[in-house]
Amino acid sequence: MEVISPSGPVWLIFLLPLIAFAVIFLLIKPLNKPKLASFISIIAVLGSLALSTWLLFSLLSSPEHELTVPSLNWLVVGGAINIQFGLILDSLTVVMLMVVTVVSLLVQIYSQGYMRGDPGYHRYFALMSLFTASMLGLVMASDLLVLFVFWELVGLCSYLLIGFWFQRPAAANAAKKAFIVTRFGDLGFLAAILVLFSQTGTLDIAQLHGLAAAGVLGGAVLTWVAIGIFLGAVGKSGQFPLHVWLPDAMEGPTPVSALIHAATMVAAGVFLVARMYPLFEHSPTALLTVATIGGVTAIFAATMAMVMTDIKRVLAYSTISQLGYMMLGLGVGGITIGIFHLFNHAFFKALLFLSAGSVNHATGTFDMRRMGGLKRIMPWTYATFLVASLSIVGIWPLAGFWSKEEILATSLESQPLLFYLALITVFLTAFYMFRIVFLTFGGQYRGDTKPHESSRVMVIPMVVLAVLAVGSGWVNVTGGFDQFLGHGEGHSFAQGFFGALAHPLAWLSQVFAAGGIFLAYAIYSARWLSAERIRRRFFPVYKLLSNKYWFDELYENILVRGILLNRFFAGLKFFDSRGVDGAVNRIADTVVTVGQTSRKVQTGQLQLYGMFIVLGILAIILAMYFTG
Amino acid sequence: MEFSYLSLIIFLPLAGALVIALTPGLSARLVRYIAAIFTLVPLVVSLVLFALFDRSSDAAGVMQFEEIMSWIPAIDANYHLGVDGLSLPLVLLTTLIGFLVVLISWKVGLRVRQYFAWLLLLETSILGVFCSLDLLLFFFFWEVEIIPMYFLIVIWGSGRKEYSAIKYVVYTLFGSALMLAGILSLYFATGSFNMIELSQGGLAMIQSILPIAPIFFLLLAGFAVKLPVFPFHTWLPDAHTDAPTAVSVVLAGTLIKMGGYGMIRICLGILPEVARDFAPLLLALAVVNVVYGAAVTLKQTDIKRLIAYSSISHMGFVLLGVFALGELSITGAGLQMFSHGIITGLLFAVAGIVMHNTGERTIGKLGGLAKQMPVVAAIFIIGSLGAMAVPSTSGFVAEVSVFLGAFSSDAVWGVRIFTAICLIGVILAAAYVLWLVQRVFFGPARGKFDGVADASKLEKAYCAVFVAVIFLVGIYPAILTDVLKTGIAPIANLFGG
Repeated sequence: MEVISPSGPVWLIFLLPLIAFAVIFLLIKPLNKPKLASFISIIAVLGSLALSTWLLFSLLSSPEHELTVPSLNWLVVGGAINIQFGLILDSLTVVMLMVVTVVSLLVQIYSQGYMRGDPGYHRYFALMSLFTASMLGLVMASDLLVLFVFWELVGLCSYLLIGFWFQRPAAANAAKKAFIVTRFGDLGFLAAILVLFSQTGTLDIAQLHGLAAAGVLGGAVLTWVAIGIFLGAVGKSGQFPLHVWLPDAMEGPTPVSALIHAATMVAAGVFLVARMYPLFEHSPTALLTVATIGGVTAIFAATMAMVMTDIKRVLAYSTISQLGYMMLGLGVGGITIGIFHLFNHAFFKALLFLSAGSVNHATGTFDMRRMGGLKRIMPWTYATFLVASLSIVGIWPLAGFWSKEEILATSLESQPLLFYLALITVFLTAFYMFRIVFLTFGGQYRGDTKPHESSRVMVIPMVVLAVLAVGSGWVNVTGGFDQFLGHGEGHSFAQGFFGALAHPLAWLSQVFAAGGIFLAYAIYSARWLSAERIRRRFFPVYKLLSNKYWFDELYENILVRGILLNRFFAGLKFFDSRGVDGAVNRIADTVVTVGQTSRKVQTGQLQLYGMFIVLGILAIILAMYFTG
Repeated sequence: MEFSYLSLIIFLPLAGALVIALTPGLSARLVRYIAAIFTLVPLVVSLVLFALFDRSSDAAGVMQFEEIMSWIPAIDANYHLGVDGLSLPLVLLTTLIGFLVVLISWKVGLRVRQYFAWLLLLETSILGVFCSLDLLLFFFFWEVEIIPMYFLIVIWGSGRKEYSAIKYVVYTLFGSALMLAGILSLYFATGSFNMIELSQGGLAMIQSILPIAPIFFLLLAGFAVKLPVFPFHTWLPDAHTDAPTAVSVVLAGTLIKMGGYGMIRICLGILPEVARDFAPLLLALAVVNVVYGAAVTLKQTDIKRLIAYSSISHMGFVLLGVFALGELSITGAGLQMFSHGIITGLLFAVAGIVMHNTGERTIGKLGGLAKQMPVVAAIFIIGSLGAMAVPSTSGFVAEVSVFLGAFSSDAVWGVRIFTAICLIGVILAAAYVLWLVQRVFFGPARGKFDGVADASKLEKAYCAVFVAVIFLVGIYPAILTDVLKTGIAPIANLFGG
């Protein structure tokens, strides 16, 4: 493989934000110059974006779309382990680099407005930089253990940013929950790493790919390894049944939700499966697992999105659902299909969150029942939100259409059941998105503040994202994206800009989408149907959905508190203090009693100590006597 | 013979203790400065040794900076010192902690002279254990440590300090009495106290028909109590809970590492066959330490007691790494000993600041302190990240090395199952650490803590040292692994690598 020259700038892609983090934390914070902190952070990510773009063009002009850099020793112990800190510079990496740097840049610019005046302003930008650096490291790492390092670091940043307003108990709880739930997934990932290392002695990703291709890694071991890795992805990407942390993560500042919990970190699970795809490829069971979990999560999360009243929570369930689509795409199609949706989703979903944040800035709430009528007051926010909604719903020719159609088309071929789930999800998506649109922007304003359009520093990034939400999908109109990702499995669905509509499936999905939009219109705008009456009519269903299928109850109250903490662990603690320690104390008491009765001289325990010393010295003298 | 670096390192704190104890009319201020100087110099010298240490592959299994003098000729016991890649990091850890605890003790006002004299004597005895190459000398230093520990807990402690102090003494003596029996049995069997000879000569040196398995367990007893291994662990939470802050830092930071060190150096190094035979038993106990320790940690309500129980869980990883008998796993155990010393030392130091400044130690009565003590909160969170093995901290490289090494070790039957169960400890660690951080530092600020002081300059300074070491080892593990491998490779070779 060709070594990229010069290689220094490639390392800077993730080092720049890391340096920014250190500079802000150590130098700028003591100076108390918040504006400066945000500019340093933004300039760093701008630099990363420029270097990523340079890397993109270098890759486009290299024949294999893959380059390399000399790696560094990281954890090397004799012949026992050799972990190299190297970088993979392939098309998958560079697509992710572009997504992360673009969204991070726009979100951080927006944050200058959104976070203005917050007492934690320095901390916010320091952590955003640290997150960006970790995320960039994650997508570039060439060794699975190094990837895991960054994987955990993005999780840490997520924890610190969800709990950014740590004085709110809800935020502190949500942060803890996010970390612990994702760690369950990480356990699978770590177990897979252990198995891979014990089987092959290496964790170098390229070598593992080779071993899987050569069949050295195969059979049940490979399946279990793939499922373990996927478990990590399930945790990170909020897939069923580890989805419970993501809606709560909305307690963090909204730009954090946009960057971390919509566009990038939660998509890292999808990326991980794509990165390790050669392992999945050789295990039909693993692929089927990925597709099934993805398809089920897509519809499962979408149902909950229909009833939430908090705009960010709807978007959170929507994210879970869309990540499910990506997993489905990976499971039935391949890397390009899953990653293509990841690529488009990053832009329109980040935009949805930024618009929601803009609405929150104006109204002071996330509760849609206290919004309404914002169409006229916030025209830019409305327009961008509408564009992003149409894109996520998959309306031709917006970005979401192109990737969603590929997922639908490939799943119809290989997993018809999952296809139907995905198709119904199109309808549900359209419904819940336009429920937001009508509740928030239509009708009359129901809140008690005086809303206003957001400042330019917030609106401009939204407009840029809106452009991407329209056009990002066009990179694959003639299959260019598929070719670049280079595995040739690109589905022949996209036959040009209008050619795509020649396929009947496209019309089917447009009809489902339109149906969802129409139903939302009928209930929340025209009010031909009463939402209240529907709720009463289907009360058990409503109750099930609004209580999130009682998963939080099951996990937190029954399993964690009820069984583990209050029974099992409490029992162990009792055993420890009464059983183990109690036994010791009883023996000690007996010794003391015996000692007191047999020898009146020994009145305290210090004497016991002296006695042992005497015994010790005696033993030594005896030893000397015997040998001397 | 070259300069006696090790004697200098070991006995400077003792010299300081004598100066403090014997010079009349010293002011408290002067005592602190004397203590600081007599611990700073050993730290600097051990840093020099660390720099001079030969890390090349020729140095594998070779003792460096060796000193030998006849001690008790009648039984061929020698004053024999030396360090290899296994002990040098622990010596450095001890001198580092030894210096930092003097700073941590700056606020101690009760019987200052006596306090610092004991504290310095304690450092000498721990250093002696890590440097001794003669079993009798090793035992001598091992026993000396009990005296300062007893007085430090009983005079400067809190709560049920008499109970905890005597419990500490009885447990340690119980363990070391058995250990002495083991040492003597080994001596009767081989005629040697020389640890190098014993490890190189192996069982070929055994001249009598004493069964060796009991010797192994006699020796192990002392180490198992110290580490501590379930079910000999209950002295540790009591000692930590009632000890003054600095003593907790020494105890968690270096003292319990004597147990892990002894297991590797003596149980594995001298009696490898028995170690291999009984490894599954000790791995099972490691699982209990890790999982049971973490589960009990989750139910603690006292901030120091919680950290103490977490130590039991973390020491389980040492036990796992040691008795998985692989080169990487033992290296991981070595890393974990060093890393846990720094991380838990920091946690105890910061917990001490919180307790001192707020006057409160029950977790349920604390809360929202990140508002009043932002620096303390930030430092405690960094220590917590280490405790739950987040990458970029030393805790991660240590635990991941133990896991990777143990899981891929083929020296012991069933090691994979034990390792897999220990993975649960990782989740439980995240749970108790995050719960502790949330309860103490997050949530709404409480009025009763308004005006509580944040970390002072001195406190920030010594915490910064801990933090720097945590990240240094976490980001650049080679700084320790390059040294550790020269000491551990020959031991791991006994088990076929």
